Amino acid sequence: MPPPPNRTAKNAAIYGGIPDHPPGNLDGQLLSFAEDLRQEGVAIGTSEILDAFEALSLVTWTDQSDFKEALAATLAKSNDDRRVFDLVFDRFFFRATEAQAARERITEAQAGGEPPGDINLDTLRQQIAAALRDGSDAALRDLARLAIAAFGRGEGSGVLGVDVQRIRRALGLRTEPQPDLPDDDPRHDGLPRDQLRKFEQHLRRELERNLIERTASLPPKRPLNELDRALPSGPIQDLAAVHRVVAQLKRRLATQGHELKGHNRHAHVDFRRTMRASLQTGGVPVALKYKPKRPRRPEIFVLCDVSTSVTSASTFFLSVLHALHDAFRKLRSFVFIERISEVTEVFEKERDFRAASEAISRDAGVADISGYTDYGRVWLEFLTTIEDELHPRATVIVLGDARTNGRPPRDDVFAAITAKAGRTFWLNPEPRLYWNYGDSVIAAYEKHCTAFECWRTDQLEEFVKALTRPGAA
Amino acid sequence: MQTVTPTPQSPQELATGLREVGYLPGESTALVSYLATRLGKPVLVEGPAGVGKTELAKSLAAYLKRTLVRLQCYEGLDEAKALYEWNYRKQLLRIQTEADNAGWQDVQEDIFGEEFLLPRPLMTAIASEEPVVLLIDEIDKTDQEFEAMLLELLSDFQISIPELGRIEAKTQPVVLLTSNNTRELTEALKRRCLYLWLDYPDLEHELAIVRLHAPELDETVARKLTEIIHQVRQLDLKKPPSIAESIDWARTLLLLGANDIDHDTFIKTMSVIVKHRTDLDTVAARVGVALQQQDASAA
Repeated sequence: MPPPPNRTAKNAAIYGGIPDHPPGNLDGQLLSFAEDLRQEGVAIGTSEILDAFEALSLVTWTDQSDFKEALAATLAKSNDDRRVFDLVFDRFFFRATEAQAARERITEAQAGGEPPGDINLDTLRQQIAAALRDGSDAALRDLARLAIAAFGRGEGSGVLGVDVQRIRRALGLRTEPQPDLPDDDPRHDGLPRDQLRKFEQHLRRELERNLIERTASLPPKRPLNELDRALPSGPIQDLAAVHRVVAQLKRRLATQGHELKGHNRHAHVDFRRTMRASLQTGGVPVALKYKPKRPRRPEIFVLCDVSTSVTSASTFFLSVLHALHDAFRKLRSFVFIERISEVTEVFEKERDFRAASEAISRDAGVADISGYTDYGRVWLEFLTTIEDELHPRATVIVLGDARTNGRPPRDDVFAAITAKAGRTFWLNPEPRLYWNYGDSVIAAYEKHCTAFECWRTDQLEEFVKALTRPGAA
Repeated sequence: MQTVTPTPQSPQELATGLREVGYLPGESTALVSYLATRLGKPVLVEGPAGVGKTELAKSLAAYLKRTLVRLQCYEGLDEAKALYEWNYRKQLLRIQTEADNAGWQDVQEDIFGEEFLLPRPLMTAIASEEPVVLLIDEIDKTDQEFEAMLLELLSDFQISIPELGRIEAKTQPVVLLTSNNTRELTEALKRRCLYLWLDYPDLEHELAIVRLHAPELDETVARKLTEIIHQVRQLDLKKPPSIAESIDWARTLLLLGANDIDHDTFIKTMSVIVKHRTDLDTVAARVGVALQQQDASAA
């Protein structure tokens, strides 16, 4: 049923509407798909696009997986890229189909998908929970549509996320066990988290489809959820995943020394060894001997904010550093909220990321009353405890969001610390976009140190590389 | 050796062909290999150790009835070992035998001929009369300079030798590069390749692989074996078991004549799939105990 024209116009203004002319043939579509991928940070050159066209001429397009794999093999050139590719692929072709359907005014009802009249709500709950437990993707999608038909009547709140959660609650789907339900109910022992998330995705997609149909307009394109690329941010984070990241980092750090072999041209001449060698050639220095480049093994002091907003990033960072401890001459770690506390021993004993983070929250005793970070006091305490040990070859790393909660930043004390230490780095687990907004005072500290964004594993890797790169010092 | 090399007409045909030579390809594996044979582009295969990256190259060679030329990469691999080298001993001999009566010009032209060239794997692959499958294994072990050197070969299938000129490929080789992802490869290299990510197969797929390589093993045992392997991979291990290790384990069970995997058999044979002392403890604690419970409930 085409909506009345005045409403379409209004909604079009809100959502951006349907592009007037379809972007033409397949070539145009593919190019805009590639453009989408580029926007999400996948490096795609002209040669890749040409390859993609060539590859597509060799496969049958009626098979979706062949079509997708052919594109993936030519466009996405690493496992990370492949993950982004899958997400963008789904989003792009979902939007393209919906736009086409809206343009030609095809709606669900016309297509023959008559919604069933009466739905027994309790049976539906049971069915969905059972499908979640057994995990059939197609069944989940159908049930998501039923659930919307049953619980998602009307216009909804207009915010998809809110509607999704409302329906989920109405269905009584939870990950934690619900002991008051009868034993044979699939929800009794709680539902698998991945499955539940998948179901929510289906709900969201179906709701979006409904919205597009109602308003005859495409919502603005959402950039990819950064969650997939972000550092582990909650206690639910799979421990094995964390260890995989660390193992990867370790291997890469172990190999990086060799990549630098080619950069030895600017090495310093070792005069003594050159003269010694020249004796073989009668005192003429034929072969120059160079000073070997030694990998930098810095002494490191780490200060990590463990207040709730950044705690998981901190613990993760600390366990990465401690997993790499043999790359450093000395490593001492401190955590702080309102005061500081040394946790080096915790990490030396605890190889396990989760156990370490529990031990810290239990024993460190860094929060006094409010639980809000007090940078001024932390700098003072750090300076008094450690002043004698700071020297120009020491590296100080601070991890925190630089949000003072309105307390004085005391950047003068921070400056005193940086003056004593050789290098100071600041890792901010917030995207640079949010820096210096609200109570963030990173600008005051940035004058005295080098600040890095650090909220994705690749950023962390870049930083650890910079830290261990052989060079002056 | 003038055999007819098959040219697959569709990914399905190639998949069937690979299956005949004992390799069960996943959907994307078959498709990318098909594209590689048709487009003549090298394929970069990445994935965890032991998922059959090298095996894919061998099977492709067997299916396409081509010779496999393999270059195993390692740190410090250079042109002389990968491309070509002048056979200087032979050159010296030549100069000595002709020293008296030949002019310098003649000798110089003579000793830098193909006769004095020692071809290394890459050169062999390029100069071969018959089309070959070239496998460049563990490319991530070499340094970036070597990667740069490969670029000419991978995009144009030719090698420039300063003294001789350009040697172009007589036939189009199928090139596979494998990497364990220990370092990021350069953009330039990736740009020239198709990309294939090989991961651990899902349960049914792996079961089929195990059944293919150990057909005498009882189906229920094979299923239980793959299920356990999948459980073990979920754990946080230093080295998760690969497909090759599942097959080894299946063969071990056959040798021992085991007709069920109970707790005892598992503890006795698990060193076949887990190869770190700390990993052994973890696996024994987690999977072993689960098996014990199963045994108890079965009894």
